Amino acid sequence: MLGFALLYPAYSLSAESGATEPTPARQKELIHLVRQDCGSCHGMTLKGGLGPPLLPETLRDKPADALAATIYNGRPGTPMPPWKQFLSEAETRWIVDKLLSEFPQ
Amino acid sequence: MKPFANLLFAALLGLCASSQAAEPDSACPPLRDTGDPSHKVKCSCWSNVYPVCPPLRGTGDLGLIIERASGHLTLINTSSRQPYARIEGLGDLSHASTVYSRDARYAYIFGRDGGLTKVDLLEARIVKRVIQAGNAIGGAISQDGRIVVAQNYTPGGIKAFDAETLELLAEVPAEYAPGQFSKVVGLADTAGNKFAYALFDAGEIWITDFSRPRQPVTQRYPAGKQPYDGLVTPDGRYFMAGLFGEDGIALLDLWQPEKGVRKILENYGRGEEKLPVFKMPHLRGWTIAQGRAYLPAIGRHEVLVVDVGSWQEVGRIPVRGQPVFVMARPDGRQIWVNFAFPDNGKMDVIDTLAGKVIHAFEPGKGILHMEFTPRGENIWLSARDDNKVLIYDTASFTRIGELAIDNPSGIFFTTRAARIGF
Repeated sequence: MLGFALLYPAYSLSAESGATEPTPARQKELIHLVRQDCGSCHGMTLKGGLGPPLLPETLRDKPADALAATIYNGRPGTPMPPWKQFLSEAETRWIVDKLLSEFPQ
Repeated sequence: MKPFANLLFAALLGLCASSQAAEPDSACPPLRDTGDPSHKVKCSCWSNVYPVCPPLRGTGDLGLIIERASGHLTLINTSSRQPYARIEGLGDLSHASTVYSRDARYAYIFGRDGGLTKVDLLEARIVKRVIQAGNAIGGAISQDGRIVVAQNYTPGGIKAFDAETLELLAEVPAEYAPGQFSKVVGLADTAGNKFAYALFDAGEIWITDFSRPRQPVTQRYPAGKQPYDGLVTPDGRYFMAGLFGEDGIALLDLWQPEKGVRKILENYGRGEEKLPVFKMPHLRGWTIAQGRAYLPAIGRHEVLVVDVGSWQEVGRIPVRGQPVFVMARPDGRQIWVNFAFPDNGKMDVIDTLAGKVIHAFEPGKGILHMEFTPRGENIWLSARDDNKVLIYDTASFTRIGELAIDNPSGIFFTTRAARIGF
């Protein structure tokens, strides 16, 4: 199993941008992005596919910074691509935050 | 479903022996038991009790559309270009695929949640449903039509079922090292009730022989890094696995498997940095046209062209995104290509004679899948984010119809029933 063990701490994002919430319209777009496009590999219900599950219970023991870095920068050596051309750091953190609680429908 | 069903009822009334006169008018109830005993009529030509007898008909122009978010199927007719029924209760269909029984009456739907559902296209109902795994990715049906095999991510491996009853016959865990299980991709039927598939985590191709369905025998072949999908050529001779972890495709000659896997298209990226891949290509739309294979590049916005025979690259065609499905019209003249996010609203059409894109358009939002009508005059496209299925004429590229479908993804027509690898 590949696991979601974050072996690349060098990729962690700076913590400065965590405060701002995306607008409601943008939140809707981000939810759609996660469910549909992240869902291509991680499953629309986020229970995993070719990529690992993104459920709170599977992510809880990973540092939020490292999760955000994985989304933002991708993970070399795995199929996980960098999403930074579509997301700001703050949006990435918002997604991580939602993944760690309960991701909206 | 009502308009279609009513037409059918009207057409059939003369054929069934029924114990009461049914009126072929607009009051015809839908094609299922209404629960009212006074409506029940025993049809001698049909397996169930229905208010009125459905017509005799073939299934050659029928098919289904997966509604990925709602767990529904819409059953469709490619002659009328209309839906005729909608079936609920199929679970998580977010990455669902379908194979057909060899009589093209029954569809087997493999859902993401491990559900395997057998659907009767004529009676428009679920015949049987089992949950066979925790996380599944697809399946295949044997050459003789008796065995349906599911490929699973969790637990990694394949499982074989009796196509009639969905009884579990055997399972082959993808345990490639002690305690290590791989996700299975690219499962394809091959001759002699053998199935070929690739192990993403193990970098191997396995062939499992189900000629004795309860005593499968498996052969293993090293393939390369991270095979992400596979396919069998239309003649059943070659199994190919696309590799994500390296440039190239693993090719196994199923007529001489003892010769092992050969790499083709090695280093097609020539060391250049790959573009990010936001969705894995699917190879099962398998494309051979005019003696050439057309394959999605990984991390490059190109379709690779390979001579079938020498298996040498003979060209590459620039397209407008990371290809996902690269599918040939049945006559091989055109190749239709859709793309990964963020280019998933676009489609490019390659003319195989000209060797280039001759039509580029943006049919809708979130184009996930496509299916040609049996002889290729039309193509149906799923536009997930528009909640539509779009129908195009492939000669003029004009849109000739659309259906309102909730989050459509896979479109599967019964012509698949008779094709190796489908």
